[in-house]
Amino acid sequence: MRTMTAPPRPRTRPVRDPAPSKWGYRWQRWMLTPGVRTGLRVGVPALIVALAVAGWASNDANREMIVAQYAQAKAAIQHRPEFMVTGLAISGADEELADVVTELVQVVFPVSSFDLDLEAMRKKVAEMPAVRDVYVRVGDGGALEIGITPRVPVALWRTADGLRLIDADGVFAGDVAQRAERRDLPLIAGEGAEDDLTEALALFRTAAPVAERVRGLVRIGERRWDMVLDRGQRIMLPTDRPTVALDRVMQMEATQDLLARDVAMVDMRNPGRPTVRLQHDAVAATRNASGTGANN
Amino acid sequence: MRDLYETQRAMRNVRKAAMQRGVIAILDVGTSKIACLVLRFDGPGRMPQVDGIGALAGQSQFRVIGAATTRSRGVRFGEIDAMQETERAIRTAVQAAQKMAEVRVDHVIACFSGANPRSYGLDGAVDVAAGVVTEGDIGRVLASCEVPDFGHDRDVLHAHPVNFALDHRSGMADPRGQVGNRLATDLHLLTVDATAIRNIFFCIKRCDLELAGLASSAYTAGFSTLVEDEQELGAACVDMGGGSTGLSIFWKKHMIYSDAVRMGGDHVTGDISMGLQVPMQVAERIKTFYGGVVATGMDDREKIEIGGDTGDWERDRRTVSRAELIGIMRPRIEEILEEVRARLDAAGFEHLPSQQIVLTGGGSQIPGLDGLAAKILGQQVRLGRPLRVQGLPQAATGPAFSGAVGCALFAAHPQDEWWDFDIPADTYPARSLKRAVKWFKDNW
Repeated sequence: MRTMTAPPRPRTRPVRDPAPSKWGYRWQRWMLTPGVRTGLRVGVPALIVALAVAGWASNDANREMIVAQYAQAKAAIQHRPEFMVTGLAISGADEELADVVTELVQVVFPVSSFDLDLEAMRKKVAEMPAVRDVYVRVGDGGALEIGITPRVPVALWRTADGLRLIDADGVFAGDVAQRAERRDLPLIAGEGAEDDLTEALALFRTAAPVAERVRGLVRIGERRWDMVLDRGQRIMLPTDRPTVALDRVMQMEATQDLLARDVAMVDMRNPGRPTVRLQHDAVAATRNASGTGANN
Repeated sequence: MRDLYETQRAMRNVRKAAMQRGVIAILDVGTSKIACLVLRFDGPGRMPQVDGIGALAGQSQFRVIGAATTRSRGVRFGEIDAMQETERAIRTAVQAAQKMAEVRVDHVIACFSGANPRSYGLDGAVDVAAGVVTEGDIGRVLASCEVPDFGHDRDVLHAHPVNFALDHRSGMADPRGQVGNRLATDLHLLTVDATAIRNIFFCIKRCDLELAGLASSAYTAGFSTLVEDEQELGAACVDMGGGSTGLSIFWKKHMIYSDAVRMGGDHVTGDISMGLQVPMQVAERIKTFYGGVVATGMDDREKIEIGGDTGDWERDRRTVSRAELIGIMRPRIEEILEEVRARLDAAGFEHLPSQQIVLTGGGSQIPGLDGLAAKILGQQVRLGRPLRVQGLPQAATGPAFSGAVGCALFAAHPQDEWWDFDIPADTYPARSLKRAVKWFKDNW
């Protein structure tokens, strides 16, 4: 049932009639496009952050501060005691070589292991002639370990530049100033001498009975050996099987004291016909002796 | 005819694209209000699919995510009268609905009530070549319908094949795959003024939207208010709008007749305004608050203050009794209903097995209307409200929204129309070369 009292006075004002303008409508539709919405939700904050960071970083002092702080943090970590290297431990080298290596690597302890360039260090040591192989590592207890496998010289090699040590592979293993320094090693000489070192060593072993008289081996024409003894004696060995030939000479020495005699050269180049050349004086003496004998 | 065929096919393709995207807008361009619903299609499968019509009458696959109404401007008798004003009103409604939905809408399906709809019943028949009816046969039989000369200034809005007959069997809904020799069809053709369609096209284009479909609001109102049995057995839906009263008759789930009376609620308001000498806005207000069609003794005693709005508030305080108001409203409503009665009689509504009449639209909210309508239209009259659809706001569930809701159902489940079937192949060759050339021109 409706009330009998008068209702509120009806309003007769013109109706407000809001409608979006064409551009307002388009703007709203554009803002409702999914791509634009995502762009606004994600892209705009990202852009603001990027701009703020860029603005802050455009100041030189700020950038330097960042760099300095980074370097400081890096150093703080690298210089922790866990990473420090305090000593050098060289193994496998004699004292002399160890001193040379210590001088070569030039590390001032204590140093952080991040600052050590182990690879370069290893290369530098490996380049040394006396070193056959080397490893460099930071080992337990903060020690820089350098393990050296040295070359073992087996012979001296006389070249135009001087005396050199060579090892069993024929590789240069160091310099020697004088022959007297390494009397224990046999001497070889001549062009291509280092290429056939095995044979040379075998020859030296064969010549053991006259070892104290042997001066060395000379490679002739990169083909065969001459064994030089003191008093200017020389044993010329063939290209093929020189050991056998030398063995025959040693037999002759043992039975007939061949080398103790006044021979200048024993020519074994033709194995079927060993030839002996006498010293110049010996030739005259022989001649005199035979002359005397003839006179008798 | 062929141009229209192409246009409608293009609109169907746009509709498909919109469904693919998942969002589509429904626009009800009415005389008193413009309503916009934004639908989101989630695709089938959320509800268990069953044979036949599915859960929630098959409407479970979409939900309304935005709804807005605005006062209509520039629309008279359901036709666009002032283009700029209508465009503004459409923008207002679409913007508000988009804002509620928080999504941009690009495709819109529009429905409107006016533009002098006129129904034609066509029939056609062809011999079935293969002995079994194929899709092509249906296209051919639809193309064989004799199209009447409805004038060059009118366009076809709907063309529903309502019935198929194969030899002596009639009343088939889907004859495909059936064996027979002669296939006949009945086609319901609804034409409207071409200018009205063109205006709506233009208005919607100016709002940066793309038209994905057009429907008559009498048809869509029937779609949403008539229950399934009524659609099957025969019923009429009377959509009492502001500027025109739409009328659609359904039988066997197809609209078989549609018409419109160019009178509606605005005319009632005009009568009150003239009769009581008050402005239109006051008249509208009085109508909605105190309106009625059956006067009782108590209505003589209920005084309504109408206000003179002369500025002399002390002296000029006129009142009318509610009985006087009813005395003004009733003749006009009777006139509208009698006009509807005449249209129904002309359509042969009394021959349908069931003669249910459903009143809907904003005008059907007048108290006592069902009693008055029962006297004029027949005993089987009820008031109808639109089907409930998911997500529809409470404010948009009233009978005034039956056209818009029906349009949403139409968007989700369009009935087969003539242009959904392929043109018969034998009409192709004459123009196929031209079409190819045109395609090249359009694309390069």
